[in-house]
Amino acid sequence: MPHDASVSIRPPVLSPRMRRVLISVVLAAVCAVWIYPLLWMVSASLKDNAAIFANEGLIPERPSFENYVRAWKEANIGSYFFNTVFVTVGSVILVTIASSMMGYVLGRRRFVGRGLIFALIAFTIFVPQGYTIIPVFDLLTRMGLGQSLWGVMLATCGGSFVIFVLLFAGYFSQIPNELEEAAKMDGVSFIKTFWFVMLPLARPIVVTVVVMQTLYAWNDFLLPLVVTLANPSIRTLSVGVYAFRGENFIDWGGMTAASTISILPVVILFLFLQRYFIDGLAGAVKG
Amino acid sequence: MSDLTVPACLTRRLGARIWNSRVDYLFLVPGMLIFGAFILYPIFAAEYFSLLNWSGFDSNAQFVGLANYMELLQDPFFWNAFGRSFLFTLSTVPAQMFISLIIAIILNNKLLKLSALFRTMIFLPVVTPVAVIGIVMTIMLSPFNGPINMAILDSGLLSRPLDFLGDPDLVLSTLAAIYVWKWVGVTMVYWLAALQTVPAELYEACKLDGVKGWQVTLYVIMPMIMPFAIVIALISAISALNVFPLIMSMTQGGPYFASEVMEVYIFRYAFATAGAIPRLGYASAAGVFFGLAIMSLTILQVLAVRHLRNREKPNAA
Repeated sequence: MPHDASVSIRPPVLSPRMRRVLISVVLAAVCAVWIYPLLWMVSASLKDNAAIFANEGLIPERPSFENYVRAWKEANIGSYFFNTVFVTVGSVILVTIASSMMGYVLGRRRFVGRGLIFALIAFTIFVPQGYTIIPVFDLLTRMGLGQSLWGVMLATCGGSFVIFVLLFAGYFSQIPNELEEAAKMDGVSFIKTFWFVMLPLARPIVVTVVVMQTLYAWNDFLLPLVVTLANPSIRTLSVGVYAFRGENFIDWGGMTAASTISILPVVILFLFLQRYFIDGLAGAVKG
Repeated sequence: MSDLTVPACLTRRLGARIWNSRVDYLFLVPGMLIFGAFILYPIFAAEYFSLLNWSGFDSNAQFVGLANYMELLQDPFFWNAFGRSFLFTLSTVPAQMFISLIIAIILNNKLLKLSALFRTMIFLPVVTPVAVIGIVMTIMLSPFNGPINMAILDSGLLSRPLDFLGDPDLVLSTLAAIYVWKWVGVTMVYWLAALQTVPAELYEACKLDGVKGWQVTLYVIMPMIMPFAIVIALISAISALNVFPLIMSMTQGGPYFASEVMEVYIFRYAFATAGAIPRLGYASAAGVFFGLAIMSLTILQVLAVRHLRNREKPNAA
């Protein structure tokens, strides 16, 4: 083989395997620095306030969960946690159902007004949140939801909704017609075809939307901050942690414990779904 | 289309067509409710609000025409915040895209056993709420006993600690660095998704032809994923204009307004008035002006891309 000959003229300095090991070691070092702030946070949450700045290293000498108990009960992080879960789960369900239905119709069906809807979507896709926050809050107030968790949940649905609709529309438009026609021949209704045939096919996009909306809702700050300004009991974790810092700025142990509580669920979710998430995005990007 | 311009038979046919696709419209209802209420309506309402002198949500609003805009254009704080938002975007987006591309290319190697673990670690800051990052980074960067300043002092590079968040000259660069650190993971995932579209046979073919790894990356893979770069740049630029949470949780726009970007300015006038009367109309005017500026830039960018593509086509054919 001529190719092998050309390689053997100049043997590489490192074997491919050695090179991979070297890359892994460098990457491990980079990653350790990368997540050092978060490691420090978890470590501090297990120490008492005196030990945090005592320079005793990342692994606590006498680990205790006292900070967690204090944060959960006294700082209301427990109730903020459930508020955030409510907002996140509610908006994920609503957004997934609404965007998949809308994307399905826009991607596969032809009807009067389809072009107009696409034009409106393109027009709104790059509007920053600062632009819309005042009318959104005003609208929620008029609906009587200006100081309620339902208001936060509903308005959080708007976050990346347009992008999700486009993802679904792109994916559904590539699916061949035969399946739908077969379902029609068997007398399966439009709604049932969507729910039992088409939606399961779009699983990569569903996962992508669920992960992206979860990240968005869990991280959202401006809207929950504005809605909960006058009603602290319905704060979400982001706002709660932010407020906790303003009120107890010397309790580093409690603060880091509250912070750890607020990142744990999303980290776990991402660990389980990351492969589907990247595959789903790749599928969406191809379309 | 109004009935006046359309002949009767056509409207009847139009009506029939609409009636035939009634199930389609039914499917659109939930989505259109969300889209209309929280995306479309606010865009138009903000424009109307910006013409009002309006202090609160239940008090009477007074129509003042373009007065808010006139005042806005004369406020140096507005222009500073406006410029800062764009400066922030222009400095973070290229850095974010470049760093994440390199990480993605390295992690895309299927033979790298720990690649999933590294990917997760790079992604961790993305799933960390900004309020948490605000707390942790304030400690990390503290000029008193923060780990980063300790490291700088120990290495002997500087004799005095840097006040990263308290120095008006440093604060925006510091926030930009934290921003890039937080969001590189997302851009990395976009790049990884783009890299997955490169067929595996291509790598095999290059390997058989004895092409070196970095040459494959530069001359084969890069041109293939470049179309995605435009989309990724656009998404990253828009997200970089939404830095409000990070700045609120770290500096609240300070010190001396040195990190006040557009959304912080809007928030200050509309919600965080600290005793003064809220000025929702004025804040809306700032939002509309900013939004229109972004929209026109986006349109310009899209036109530029289309122009480039059209120029390329004859060559390719």
